[in-house]
Amino acid sequence: MTNLEKYNSAFITTFEITEEQLAGLKYQDIEAWDSVGHMGLIAALEDAFDIMMDTDDIIDFNSYEKGKEILSKEEYGVKF
Amino acid sequence: MTFEGILNIPPYSLDRTKKETLLTQRLTELTRLHRANCPEYDAMLKSIGFDESKISNYSEIPFLPVRLFKELELRSVPKEEVVKTMTSSGTTGQAVSKIYLDRVTSSNQQKVLVKIVSSFTGSGRMPMLIIDCPSVIKNRAMFSARGAGILGFSIFGSDRQYALNDDMQLDIETVEKFLEKHSGERILLFGFTFMIWQHFYRELVRLRDETGKTFDLSNGILIHGGGWKKLVSEAVSQEQFKKCLTDVCGLHDVHDYYGMVEQTGSIYMQCECGHLHASIFSDVIIRDPYDFRVLQQGEKGIIQVVSTIPESYPGHSLLTEDEGILLGEDDCPCGRLGKYFTVTGRLQNAEIRGCSDTYAAKF
Repeated sequence: MTNLEKYNSAFITTFEITEEQLAGLKYQDIEAWDSVGHMGLIAALEDAFDIMMDTDDIIDFNSYEKGKEILSKEEYGVKF
Repeated sequence: MTFEGILNIPPYSLDRTKKETLLTQRLTELTRLHRANCPEYDAMLKSIGFDESKISNYSEIPFLPVRLFKELELRSVPKEEVVKTMTSSGTTGQAVSKIYLDRVTSSNQQKVLVKIVSSFTGSGRMPMLIIDCPSVIKNRAMFSARGAGILGFSIFGSDRQYALNDDMQLDIETVEKFLEKHSGERILLFGFTFMIWQHFYRELVRLRDETGKTFDLSNGILIHGGGWKKLVSEAVSQEQFKKCLTDVCGLHDVHDYYGMVEQTGSIYMQCECGHLHASIFSDVIIRDPYDFRVLQQGEKGIIQVVSTIPESYPGHSLLTEDEGILLGEDDCPCGRLGKYFTVTGRLQNAEIRGCSDTYAAKF
């Protein structure tokens, strides 16, 4: 699986949504991405990429696009 | 000053004068914001002829009794912008407070909690053992205070595990596996005071006495809150609570916190000296129960809480139903600046609340 596939798959499985819904998706746009869902998503991403995110990054992670930007940071080193 | 600006100040770094300036400015702005957006709040302030442009200190801003949020739907944002409604803990049959959060307020609550707690635990996340049952956060449409507390603290946990099953029994096997997996690591434990006592501490004692099995939590840091009422009635003091936990599982880094759903995020953490501390994000004012004047250090009175966070509901200045004593300001031996205090109990005839106490009322 490519990193993008892994990234998408974390969203799709955690929130039970389709790939078409991903672009532009924001925190609290859908019912499943509430604060409980958010911690689930973070856990799924941490598992998928074997990383541990900082609390500040978990808070800043507020959209599908922003998440990619955060994971691309040097300390996580995920390339899309 | 923007809220982002406040967030960049270390939580216990401002002395009395600097904190007073900051709070007076921010809380006056919030008063203005809520008057403009919450008609009920504006009507209350009009009825007493209050003019926020004339105040010189935040202690002059009126306080709403916490129970008002049970009787009125107080919002400062349109209904469509509410993303989360939090409810207070209450025993069966009690009315519950409803606190309406928009994106901004909800996110600021989490940011402040992170600033405060990580100044005690360090910024790294740790494996986390939650001394509660998983079903507490299952009802997502309505957040109970208990669920919100667990969820808010979950951000500090890397690998999260519930220590109790849905029958509130200690899941020994799960806890054993978890401790084995993370042996040698620092572990965060979180829960509500009474649940920890009843379902964790007592069970550990029983296990030790009946089977000789013990758990080593000397690497753990425990954060607990939600009220002491039931333990006070069982004559368990704070010191005893800590000592008992040290004796049974080696846990010695234990911090109580004081907080409420009406001002989620800006909690008051207990320091190494056993004092509850106000951070720069909030403050306590102890008032005389008869004439509401501000009391001096050492005098027991009703606790008023102010918080810089609430933008979506007019809850930035509230009168609680708790009694407490101001112990000092800027001079705690732990080195943190700001007021430090102790909560002595609930006002007589006040309703039972607090995540720990409402649960304990069933016992």
